[in-house]
Formats: sequence, C-alpha cells, structure tokens
Amino acid sequence: MLTDEFDPLKGEMLCVMDEEGIVDRSLMPKLSNEMLIKAYRTMVLTRLADDKAVKLQRQGKLGAYPPSRGQEASQIGPAMALKEGDWLLWAFREMGGLLWKGIPLSTLYLFWMGNELGSVYPEGSNVTPSVVPVASQIPHAVGIAYASKLRKEKIVTLAYFGDGATSEGEFHEGLNFAGVFKTPNVFVCQNNQFAISTRRERQSASPTLAQKAVSYGFPGILVDGNDIFAMFAAAKEAVDRARKGKGPTLIESYTYRMGDHTTSDDWRKYRTKEEVETWQRKDPLSRFAKYLKAEGVLSDEGEIEKEMSKVIEEAVAAAEAVPAPTRKDVFEHTYAEMPPYLKWQMGPGGERQ
Amino acid sequence: MMMNMVQAINAALRMEMERDPSVVILGEDVGVDGGVFRLTEGLLDRFGADRVIDTPLAEAGISGVAIGMAMNGLRPIAEMQFMGFSYLALNQMINHAARMRNRTRGRITIPLVLRMPYGAGIKALEHHSESTEALYAQIPGLKVVVPSTPLEAKGLLTASIRDPDPVVFLEPTRSYRMLKEEVPDGEYLLPLGKARVVQEGDDITVLGWGAMMPLIQKAVDKVKASVEVIDLRTLSPMDIETVLDSVKRTGRAVVVHEAPRTCGLGAEIAARIYEGAILNMEAPVERVTAPDITIPLPKGEDHYYINERMIIEGMERTMNF
Repeated sequence: MLTDEFDPLKGEMLCVMDEEGIVDRSLMPKLSNEMLIKAYRTMVLTRLADDKAVKLQRQGKLGAYPPSRGQEASQIGPAMALKEGDWLLWAFREMGGLLWKGIPLSTLYLFWMGNELGSVYPEGSNVTPSVVPVASQIPHAVGIAYASKLRKEKIVTLAYFGDGATSEGEFHEGLNFAGVFKTPNVFVCQNNQFAISTRRERQSASPTLAQKAVSYGFPGILVDGNDIFAMFAAAKEAVDRARKGKGPTLIESYTYRMGDHTTSDDWRKYRTKEEVETWQRKDPLSRFAKYLKAEGVLSDEGEIEKEMSKVIEEAVAAAEAVPAPTRKDVFEHTYAEMPPYLKWQMGPGGERQ
Repeated sequence: MMMNMVQAINAALRMEMERDPSVVILGEDVGVDGGVFRLTEGLLDRFGADRVIDTPLAEAGISGVAIGMAMNGLRPIAEMQFMGFSYLALNQMINHAARMRNRTRGRITIPLVLRMPYGAGIKALEHHSESTEALYAQIPGLKVVVPSTPLEAKGLLTASIRDPDPVVFLEPTRSYRMLKEEVPDGEYLLPLGKARVVQEGDDITVLGWGAMMPLIQKAVDKVKASVEVIDLRTLSPMDIETVLDSVKRTGRAVVVHEAPRTCGLGAEIAARIYEGAILNMEAPVERVTAPDITIPLPKGEDHYYINERMIIEGMERTMNF
C-alpha cells in the first residue's frame, strides 16, 4: 500500500514522475494509452479554458474567476480514479476534475458568467455545485457516502478542498464523522500553498496536512500534486479502499497556485517572482507532455491545442447564447411550491409590479 | 390514544420510518439514550443503528452530513439537542440547505428536517431556553414549523418529513409533557403553511405559536371580549391570509411571542397586517413579547417570560385604544 510506504508523519511524499518526465517504473500506475491521451487532452483543455476564462473576465464577459493554472494534475489525477456513478464535490478551483467528470465546459462558463443554469449539471452526473463557504462541502461528502453505504451501493464520494479549508471546523467535523462511520470517501486537499494571501504555514503547525488523517483514524498520504501519475496512483488506491468498505483516505496534493486567487487578486503583494519561477519548472502539463512524447504516445501537441481551442470557442458561444434569467426563474425555485406571499412579491404573471 | 407531545412526536417518527426506508434520524444521543428528552426512545431497537444514528458531538457536522444524505436520496431528520446549540448549523442551513433547490434550479433538493427543542419557561440551564425562530424565518428556502399540542405535533411533523424542502421544526420544550390529548394511531397529516383558527371571535384577534398557545387560551378565557385565537403553526412561509381574514373582521390584533421584541416575528406580522388591512384597523397591532435582554438564568426567568397578565393587558390596551 502506498499509504504504508509513504508516511506523512515522516514527511515522505509520493512522486512517480520527475520534472523531466522520467517515471519511477516501480511506482508507475497502470494506464492504457487511451486513458493517457484522454488525460492529456483534458489537461490541455483545462489549461486553455482556464486562460480563456481569465481573458473573458478582463473583457467584462465573466465575473471574478479563480484560475486553476498549475493545479491541473492535482485536479484531474483524482477524478481519473473514479467510476461512473461515483460522486464528486468541488469547491471552486477544480475545473480539470469537472471536465474529466463530463461537466460541459459551457456549463462551467455559464456559472462564472453569473447564471444559476451553470450549476445544473447533466442528470445523473453526481457532481454537486461549487461551494464557496470554505470546507462546508466536506460534511456533504460524508452524508452522500453514508447514503450510498446504507443502500449497500459500491459508490465512492470524492471531495476536493484547499489547504485553507483544513483550518475550518467543518473539515474537522466532516473527517471525524467519516472516520467514525468508515464512509466510502476520498478527501483531496489541494495544498496550493495559499489561502488568498495567507501562507500554508499560517494555517497549521502540522508539518504536513496529510498527517491530520492519523488523528481521525484513517490513512493520509502526501503526494506531488504536479505529478499526474502520483495523484492518480494515490487516488486509485484510496478509491479502491473506499469501494471495498475499508473507509476514507485523505490525500494532500502538494502543488502551487500559479495565478491569482481570483481575477480580483494580485499575487505580487504576497510572493516573489522567483518563488513562482521555481514552481514554473515543476509545471504539470509540460512534465506530462515530456513523458508522453518520450513514450511515443503523443506526437503532435499543437494539433490537440488547436482542437481544444475550437472546443473552447464553441463553449463560450454556447454560454453567451443562454439568456439571462427571467424574474420568474429567480423566484420559482425558492420552494417546491411558491407561497402566496412570494407570488405577490414576484408580481402578477411574473412581471415586475 | 392519549399522548403528550413527546409521545406524539415519537409516534410520527416511528410511523414515517416504517413507511419510508429512506428516512433516517441522526443527532447527539438519539440512539441508545433515546434523546435527552426521550423523543427518539425505542427507535434504535426497531430500526437499527444504521438508521438511528448516534453522531459525534458536532452540530455543523450533523447538519452538513444530513444535507449530503438528502442530496443522495435519503430523508434525514437531524436533531439539534437544544436551539442554543443550533447556531453552529446555521452555515449549513443558510448557505446550503436553504439555497440548493434554487441554485440548481430544482436539480438537487434537500428534503431535510432539522428538529430541536426551543423556548423558555422550564427553568433550564443557560443556552437551553432560546427562542430565535426569527433567525431561521428570515432565510428564503427554509420552512419553520412550530407545533403547539400533541395532535398538532404529529400532523405537522409527519408533513415536515414528507415535505420536499428543508424544514426547521421547533418543539416547545415547555409543552413536551404539559398536556395529553387524543392522537390518532394511524397516519395524521396537517398542511404546512396553513394557520389554525383555534377559536372564532368578533372583537379582537390574538395570535401566537408553540408554548404561547396555552397561555393565550388561559388569558382569553378570562376576558369578556369575543376573541378570535390563531395558532400560526408555520412561521415561514407564513399564512398571512388567515390572519388578514380575521383582523379585517375584528379590526384589532395582538401578537404574542416569547422571543425578544426587536426584529421578532411580531414586527413582521404587524407590518403584514398594515400592508393588507390598515383601513380595517381600529387600533395599532399590539406586541406582547419578551424584552430585548439576554434570557435570565432560572431565578430571574419570570422577569422575561410571557404570562397571562401580560397578554390580558395587551388585549385591554388594544380594546381600549
């Protein structure tokens, strides 16, 4: 078990692929070429779609947006370990995982453009909408997993959150419940080193975040979050463990937020260019591309980029074509049935009085 | 069968758990102990520890886990041991339970009941006498329901469990064992969002909910006027139509609540009466409420709690305006 080999209490971190794309064969998870290419395409799509979102924000076409750049492997690796029917819960910086799970890019753009229809995912996708109140999705993941377990379904529930979330009460309460009830959960903490401007060291005196799992009675593992293979391998083991009824796992993905917290932020206030450049060399996408080219799995990355750019243009157009909500739209889903007083506030026939 | 409110609530829980395997109960001490007020007594033996769940001591966790359960096909009934501890669940209730239907345009809904004992008048420990229903009633997407008798408790709780939206179900602690009444053994449902006219009258309307109802009744029985008594039952969404129908006839209204006066629901009710019936009013709406102070410990509780005299004086002020 990787969780036995890599002990967070000793500060050990799982890495499979180095910055040059060279992998440790003894740790390399099994992945078909088809899966590798799908992962690479999703990573390219995430990188380009994310850049596009920032541009759209600058153009005033999209609201404040939290960029994913640098965290694509951290997001996609865990999602790759899920099966159809498994649940995925996200916070707000997990575009890669959502795209892997099949949430349409146009839907995600629509959400960031400020339309509730952007939180309406395809029926049966088992993905919950974005959660901005930090860490508050963690107990939901435990409740969802509890329900699956009660019905004796072999379904796993994975929740993402950030390093800042580990300071919140709901992180503790959620993981504590999960440990007590041995729910089929995988908790993925994307430690991108910052909660807006606050450094990881200010969140906790624990040397690693993964080791917090020990106090809840289940395994935790520290993983190189910019290494898609390490993230997949750790998540695969955790997902299998959960599916077998052996309880939850906490994965700390050690990564770095290359961009701003959101488009309203300016990272130059709290970190140096040099620090960011150090992490540039660990870029998850170029590392993955080097490996795939060396293995002969990938020949023309330009072709994939061109294809993904087209997908993005279509998604933007589709999102922009969705009309703004009507007055009726913003009233009618408050309750299953609209109470009379609310109807009066909405006005006759849904028109403003 | 003659039942007190504790027995009626227990009967409703048992019946809904029998009827629907997706109904689960979770909370602190709800299993082995049967709840600190014995509301869930016997349910663990009948339905097992997977459906009657003793949880860690964590109100945000209980409410958050219950929301997750509701997202994934269960109908959880989560217990807060006392209302004074439920504020830790507010983040989950306000930011998630209340908004999920709207923010997913109905794709994900939260059929959850958050039950809790509330209210003063039992000389309890600190933090055990809260009446902060207005906190919940202001949140769009939540329903707030308060039963006043055993029969009402059975009907309203059954309806709350079956309701497709999150319901905050407030049980007046003072009324738990105050009176017994005949409660049908079989299914008994009352509509949510519908007030009950307890007694018809022509001169003045007195309305309240929960533990105020027996106090109102005692006060009303001592005055000569013909009084219409309304039990609001659902605080949100509020059945203002029944209230307006009444005050349009009587022209006078007294609202009684044990919560503090400022931003209490009495203010909202008075405003709605003025919106809908100002031309029919013979007197200002009278509010009989607790003062805006911290609930005193038991030795001083009588300075805080509503009594018959206060209600009678409120009615007199309105009648003599």
